[in-house]
Amino acid sequence: MSAFEFDGSPVPFAAGQTVGAALWAHGIRAWRTTRFGGRPRGLFCGIGVCFDCLVEIDGRPDRRACLEPAAEGLVVRTQVGAGRADQQI
Amino acid sequence: MEPSPDVVVVGAGVVGAAVALAAARGGLRVVVLDRGPVAGGTTGAGEGNLLVSDKEPGPELDLALLSLRLWADVADHVASVTGAGFEFEPKGGLVVAADAAALPALHDLAGRQRRSGVDATEIGAEELVAHEPHLARDLAGGVLYPQDSQVQPMLAAARMLQAARRLGARIRTGEEVMALLRSGGHVVGVRTTAGDVAAGAVVNAAGTWSGEIAAMAGLELPILPRRGVILVTQPLPPLIRHKVYAAEYVADVASDDTGLESSAVVEGTRAGTVLVGASRERVGFRREMPLPVVRRLAAQAVRLFPVLADVSLLRSYAGFRPYCPDHLPVVGPDPRAPGLLHACGHEGAGVGLAAATGHLLAQVLAGGEPDLDLRPFRPERFAEVRV
Repeated sequence: MSAFEFDGSPVPFAAGQTVGAALWAHGIRAWRTTRFGGRPRGLFCGIGVCFDCLVEIDGRPDRRACLEPAAEGLVVRTQVGAGRADQQI
Repeated sequence: MEPSPDVVVVGAGVVGAAVALAAARGGLRVVVLDRGPVAGGTTGAGEGNLLVSDKEPGPELDLALLSLRLWADVADHVASVTGAGFEFEPKGGLVVAADAAALPALHDLAGRQRRSGVDATEIGAEELVAHEPHLARDLAGGVLYPQDSQVQPMLAAARMLQAARRLGARIRTGEEVMALLRSGGHVVGVRTTAGDVAAGAVVNAAGTWSGEIAAMAGLELPILPRRGVILVTQPLPPLIRHKVYAAEYVADVASDDTGLESSAVVEGTRAGTVLVGASRERVGFRREMPLPVVRRLAAQAVRLFPVLADVSLLRSYAGFRPYCPDHLPVVGPDPRAPGLLHACGHEGAGVGLAAATGHLLAQVLAGGEPDLDLRPFRPERFAEVRV
């Protein structure tokens, strides 16, 4: 089975699954912390509308896990707050 | 039975709320009526700009300068009475020119504004990044306006009405004004969907729909809608300090062109979203979201802030800015219908001008002289032009 990396560990996925669906199927429900309270977030609407499931993929923040197709070799990381700590002024 | 109010304010937007609070602070009994909710019209579809930077010297700039001073006082008062604010931020504005050819006009405007009391500092191309780190590196220069400020407009309207209620004002939403009560030539109250309200005076603060209220007194008030679209990004960490906009915006504000005009006005909010305005179109009250406008505003924002290129938009919304043929608001008593006063037609500057509008109308309602000459804003000026 194909796999991508999530916070250093492999996550298997089936062809056609999104990153979010594969994380859920693997028992992972949270991959972002909120900006102010640091609370866990994962899938909410699951259809690309609510922006709750944002995650960092291959170094790019704010990817919607529910829309991103899973692919071999992706490097997915938990997003802390709004991400982009390097851009903050 | 309650005594009838001194003032009925028609409209619970930011202007109506400012009038209500100023009148209540002056000791008047106030009733605010709105057919919809608080901030249900243009106030709920704006950005919360308190700008002096985009105004040519003249009566509107004088009104804006007075209003900026008064907004600070209103924010203090509301915070002390309600224990909460409305995100009043004197963050400053930065107007930038992409093309060196636009700089002389920008500097000329800044010079004339300075003579009217505006604080404006020219910023060279190489200094821009120190003020705004994510600005595009190839801009020609700009002008910094420290007085430009921001509020969250819906919160501002709601908090001002909350503060007015503490002073005895009544806020009645979901109640539509159907007619004005008349006695002789005088306006002596309103007839609503819930009954008659007798009042010493009626203030027309119905925003883009103020012409309908004036028509109830048999008066023509030429206030028309100009559609403006605003984009809302996903929440971001602080990336943008000021209200930043392209020099072309000033020309758009004053323009009489009927086609689409747009120039990016970009600002961060406390919530983390970045707001991108501002388009102007004369398309009546058409509500549909025009995708070409969204695309154009987004491109103009990215031109100023390349960092926004990979940021997602969460949503966009459109509002109807109430404009008059001469682009000045209508503020003051209507001599054609004693008892009726107007506080409307502020176009895209209603939030900024609300505090002064409320203050000046409250002075008139109390029988005093307003701090600022209201003649440029008099409601009967359009009829005079026609004759």
